[in-house]
Amino acid sequence: MPNAAAAERRQRDHAGVGFWVLLPFAVLATIFLYPLSLIVHEALTAGTGAVSSDGLRKVLGSAIFVSALLNTVRIAVVATLGCLTLGFTLALIYSFVPFPGRALVAKMIDVFIALPTFLVALAFTFIYGSAGLINQSLMAAMGTQVPPVNFLYSSWGVILAEVTVYSPFVLRPLIASFSLLDPAQIEVASSLGARPVRIVRQIIFPAALPALLAGGSLCLLLTVNEFGILLFIGAKGVITLPLLVYDKAIQQFDYASACVIASVNVLLSLMLYSLYRVALSGLGGERAAVV
Amino acid sequence: MSIATVMDRTATAAPSTAHVASEGQGNRIAFDRVTVAYRNTVVLDNFSLIIEPGEFAALLGPSGSGKTTALRSVAGFVRPVSGSVSIGDEDVTTMPPYARGIGMVVQNYALFPHMTVAENVAFGLRARGAARVLIEERIRECLAMVDMSQYAKRYPRQLSGGQQQRVAIARALAIRPRVLLLDEPLSALDAQIRRNMVEELGRLHRELPNLTVLYVTHDQAEALTLADRIAIMRDGRLSAFGEARSLYHQPPNRFTAEFLGHANVIPVRTEALDGPSGGMRVRFGAANLLTTAANNIPAGANTHLCVRPHSLKLEPAPDRLNMIEGAVEELHWQGHTQSIALSVNGSTIRVVSTELRQLPKIGEKLTVYFAAEDAVLIAEDGNA
Repeated sequence: MPNAAAAERRQRDHAGVGFWVLLPFAVLATIFLYPLSLIVHEALTAGTGAVSSDGLRKVLGSAIFVSALLNTVRIAVVATLGCLTLGFTLALIYSFVPFPGRALVAKMIDVFIALPTFLVALAFTFIYGSAGLINQSLMAAMGTQVPPVNFLYSSWGVILAEVTVYSPFVLRPLIASFSLLDPAQIEVASSLGARPVRIVRQIIFPAALPALLAGGSLCLLLTVNEFGILLFIGAKGVITLPLLVYDKAIQQFDYASACVIASVNVLLSLMLYSLYRVALSGLGGERAAVV
Repeated sequence: MSIATVMDRTATAAPSTAHVASEGQGNRIAFDRVTVAYRNTVVLDNFSLIIEPGEFAALLGPSGSGKTTALRSVAGFVRPVSGSVSIGDEDVTTMPPYARGIGMVVQNYALFPHMTVAENVAFGLRARGAARVLIEERIRECLAMVDMSQYAKRYPRQLSGGQQQRVAIARALAIRPRVLLLDEPLSALDAQIRRNMVEELGRLHRELPNLTVLYVTHDQAEALTLADRIAIMRDGRLSAFGEARSLYHQPPNRFTAEFLGHANVIPVRTEALDGPSGGMRVRFGAANLLTTAANNIPAGANTHLCVRPHSLKLEPAPDRLNMIEGAVEELHWQGHTQSIALSVNGSTIRVVSTELRQLPKIGEKLTVYFAAEDAVLIAEDGNA
């Protein structure tokens, strides 16, 4: 009889565990997987109810989709490289160059990450826009009616805004990674005759690789899917996949095409994320935990 | 390759930079009134010391005594607010660390984790632009020197603590440093490996007689075993400096006596010079004692008598000149030795004896004896 009671108790425990596994899965399925499946279904059936590749071929073969895809990848890659360069430089200064107000800077980075992306775009229009601070000053100084600085409304304006917004996402993991780097390694390298550039290249950079990889991947994911900055800046002729989805769905009511493009965008994001995980497991080592 | 061969080549191989142990002559390290302060806290105070070429000198002291700061000022990682540091004939006070030509080994090894053992050893040579042939040769020599040749292709994470420290030493020696700085290099190792590494360091010093070594430690056993001379530091100042044996047997001040070997420091009053021995008669409570080392302390002074715990014997000395009676306060069995604390005239005197067949009881009266030549008069806290 005691065996039967124990078996019953085990069965009850398993049921309890099963409930706590199923609950989050059910929530996830309701708020994420179901809507996603609707989008994929719409992309594959084009509202006809039957799976057909005609709609897919039409959208994927269109010049505007190819252009948007290339724009998306180009802007995301360049912005990510910019974030990596700026983030690495700032993290080096923050971690290895003592300066007053260091703690305040750390807090500001955290606050910056929490801000909505369009705020930077708005700030940029005040600074670099046609009627912004720089153009007004230059126009007054040069006596011209044409704003001399007009990069903001090109893909470079978008890239600059994205670099500004997303650099802290590289900066944060890098600072965490540098805090784990044994300062004695740098001192010993220096005592052995290595100058600062060699120390950065051969000691600090290898230690920062997992954090760079993590931060860079995150930036790539975020910039591939960036919408607010592009919409706010309104760069002429700069169409990316998220903007194209918006255009097709909201302005043209072409939901089938919008769903095809959105599915490609999701696929692109998943591929980037998989690449990130694979790279991290291969290069992460003991520092992978901090990123 | 034999060690002797390695050493012959060490003395004659082509240097990779100008900073090579100058043609086998070694380099002097000189601190001249060096003061280092962090904000308003002085951590090294008017510190002067000269370590001769080829000497193995230990900086010994408790935590916060300034010994690591002194070493770091030689390495160039702290900038003195006043005074100067020289290596050889060169004032290096403001020279950046990479230009000083020093080898450095630290407590936690600081091996570069993404480089193999061979790459770690080659790092300094590559940084100095040494030729590939020379780098290969030095890697072989230096790894052979620390008996790590078979681990050249391994990564630091694949090595034990002791092996990592050997690699760190090989890496420091590969550049043929002007001086070798060792900052508590054995602190992270367990007791058995530490003993082995002390022997290894002793062997390296014998095999590299021209290399000047500055060794920072808080472990007096390491300092006594390895160092030709020991500098005792306290509160950022030099408390004593001298040959290890001399400092141990004739400490110049109370701090040195207590820190180096935990000597008994007994308050005494000097009575009169002792003609036959040339020593001094002193009084400790009711006991009349004799020491042969008066250290120029005159008669009629209140001072201290230093006696090592193991110099106090439970068996009477033949002359029975120096005997102290006290009550047993504490007993500690330490395996092959027995530590006994006696209360005498309000002072505690520690005795270390070989294991006793019959242990005294707490409170029991016990008489201990010591030879006049095992006792030294010391000033209260004068500097060396």
